[in-house]
Amino acid sequence: MSLYESVFIVRQDVSAQHVEGLAERYTEMIKENGGEVSKTEYWGLKNLAYRVKKNRKGHYMMFNIDAPSAAVGEFERNMRLSEDVLRYMTIRVDEFEEGPSAMMRNKGGRDEGRGDDRHRDRDRGRDRPAPRATSEGDKPTEAKVDVKVETKVETKVETAESPTKESES
Amino acid sequence: MSDQNGGGRSSSRRPFFRRRKTCPFSGTNAPAIDYKDVKLLQRYVSERGKIVPSRITAVSAKKQRELARAIKRARNLALIPFLVQ
Repeated sequence: MSLYESVFIVRQDVSAQHVEGLAERYTEMIKENGGEVSKTEYWGLKNLAYRVKKNRKGHYMMFNIDAPSAAVGEFERNMRLSEDVLRYMTIRVDEFEEGPSAMMRNKGGRDEGRGDDRHRDRDRGRDRPAPRATSEGDKPTEAKVDVKVETKVETKVETAESPTKESES
Repeated sequence: MSDQNGGGRSSSRRPFFRRRKTCPFSGTNAPAIDYKDVKLLQRYVSERGKIVPSRITAVSAKKQRELARAIKRARNLALIPFLVQ
């Protein structure tokens, strides 16, 4: 028995109840094959980043599965057969994460947060994304590769800001 | 050591405050790389949808591989676009 994390996307014009029903069916199926679904998470109807089989939205469902590979194989085979399942992904994990997944945690302020990120990405060239722990993390043992890059990028910034100064090269 | 490469070029212009960056995924209370955490992954993807090289984001090589894997998984699940037009 190994641990798996499985996410599948159900077609948008299916109702949420139907998705729950589908999830129950799959749960039963895994149980019959000697496995167990320890957690089921419904992420809701989410916008897809791109169109999948002409769909713009999809119901996301996540399972945490503890099952033998045969059960997972059967589970995946059924998802392949189902017309409602747009896509699925099962990955093996060493351990399940505790509590709700990142998706559920971020759900509340997701949309606004996303917008902010987009905006920040746009002027990444100038002030680069500063993932946290940058300002105070001055480790002298840091690899010199970082230093090199640092200077390269910064010089580029300078030329961009003041074209009057001597050009690059 | 740091002045050896590129340092001279920049010092000819304007001495700027150069801070060394460390990998955002190592150290205590670093975020876990997870394909489900779209918000986190979005920070390491360019506006075109490309994975940002680690030399810009200062992610360590090991974590960059992990990150790339997570981004590719998220793309497959249509959580992150493959490309943005």
